[in-house]
Amino acid sequence: MKDELITRHEKLGGTKLEKFYSWLNSIYQSYYNAIVPEKRYLLYLDGIKITILISLLAIALGVVIGVIVAVVKVSANNSKMKWLSKICNLYTTVVRGTPLVIQLLIIYNLVFNSRSTNAIIVGAVCFGFNSGAYVAEIIRAGIESIDRGQMEAGRSLGLNHVKTMRLIILPQAIKNILPALGNEFIVLIKETSVASYISVVDLTAAAHLVASRTYDILPPLIIIALCYLIMTMGLTKILSIFERRLARGDRH
Amino acid sequence: MIVTKNLQKAFGDHVVLNGIDETINKGEKVVIIGPSGSGKSTFLRCMNLLEVPTGGEIWFEDNNITDKKTDINKLRCKMGMVFQQFNLFPHLSVLENITLAPVNLGLMTKEEAESKAVELLKRIGLAEKAAAYPNQLSGGQKQRIAIVRALAMNPDVMLFDEPTSALDPEMVGEVLDLMEQLADEGMTMVVVTHEMRFARKVATRILFIDEGKIVEQNTPDEFFDNPTHPRLKEFLSKIL
Repeated sequence: MKDELITRHEKLGGTKLEKFYSWLNSIYQSYYNAIVPEKRYLLYLDGIKITILISLLAIALGVVIGVIVAVVKVSANNSKMKWLSKICNLYTTVVRGTPLVIQLLIIYNLVFNSRSTNAIIVGAVCFGFNSGAYVAEIIRAGIESIDRGQMEAGRSLGLNHVKTMRLIILPQAIKNILPALGNEFIVLIKETSVASYISVVDLTAAAHLVASRTYDILPPLIIIALCYLIMTMGLTKILSIFERRLARGDRH
Repeated sequence: MIVTKNLQKAFGDHVVLNGIDETINKGEKVVIIGPSGSGKSTFLRCMNLLEVPTGGEIWFEDNNITDKKTDINKLRCKMGMVFQQFNLFPHLSVLENITLAPVNLGLMTKEEAESKAVELLKRIGLAEKAAAYPNQLSGGQKQRIAIVRALAMNPDVMLFDEPTSALDPEMVGEVLDLMEQLADEGMTMVVVTHEMRFARKVATRILFIDEGKIVEQNTPDEFFDNPTHPRLKEFLSKIL
């Protein structure tokens, strides 16, 4: 009796379309629920703000650490520097050899246990500390790609080692390493998604917050995936503009 | 002006300089020749400590530059160096290449350095290249600008490390002409080169280095016309 009814109903036509419409409607409803009620979009926006803030701070810190470590590594030629270089080697080995989440938790618990600290700052410091090791290796490769004669020419003019690095070697190295460096920045932005481990309400944490209200995790995940994609695509665009500008200076 | 005392340099077990005692006086134009691998470039590069000697001493204007306490950067300002591969800074314009060191070392203001650079560029006929970048220049132009870059520091001595070896043959002349002009103006010069005609014409003294030692030295005419050491005779017979 029931089966008969359904087949009769299907014979009337439009059922497939109806099903499709109701499917579409449920999707619309679940995404609507994930975004609009209780101003949930504000959660994503705040999450994006935090993610961008952590990423920018971490990139800045990572570059500073990376440049210093790389310069120490390539400049280690006397005994005093060898000692420093060993510390830098230890740093890159440990950071590159242990999981980021573990580093994050260790640093967070180290700091958080002693006094209540801004988790965002802890996160940024941790991601910067981590990124610095990778950036250092990238910059070291870039410095080593510059002809030895450039350093000699700088030194022969009376510039000291640090000035020659800053004025002559690094500006040329940057051009060679920009693609690799951009890649590292993109990885960094994505890696900040584990910041919620230390109770930072970043973009990923925002998705979890929304899901805890709607009991539907998939829509918020898709939404933040798109947000990450847009951020990394934006960064890629900025970097390629920057690259082109540097290359133009080359052809002049 | 430059005195070396029992100068030695070894790379690991490989001895390159084996005790060189030499004095280069103000106003001299000393040309160093020798077979490849004889240590002539190393000798030159030791003079401004681009190579750190493994033994002996080097004195420059009464400063022991092999002494660790000596501020070598300050002394290098007084010793211009020209390289075989030019080593211009490719990311900087010609003008910036020339003014970078004097400005950053606080020897001149930017304006002073630029007017000096323009003046020097005019002298070598490349004033219109001030804004150009090194990769737009021919080899001869690059090397002449490298010479000008060194001159902008007002050095007391100029060291040339095979300045024409990387040049196309038709560009050698313009570089040698500039070096000859410098010599005529009284610049103290030490030149490692294979250009025998230049050596004969410009040098006040020629050193022949073989296996890390100066085996013979003389005035150009005597050097080429009456060589005494068998190794030098053999060398000259091959290249002349």
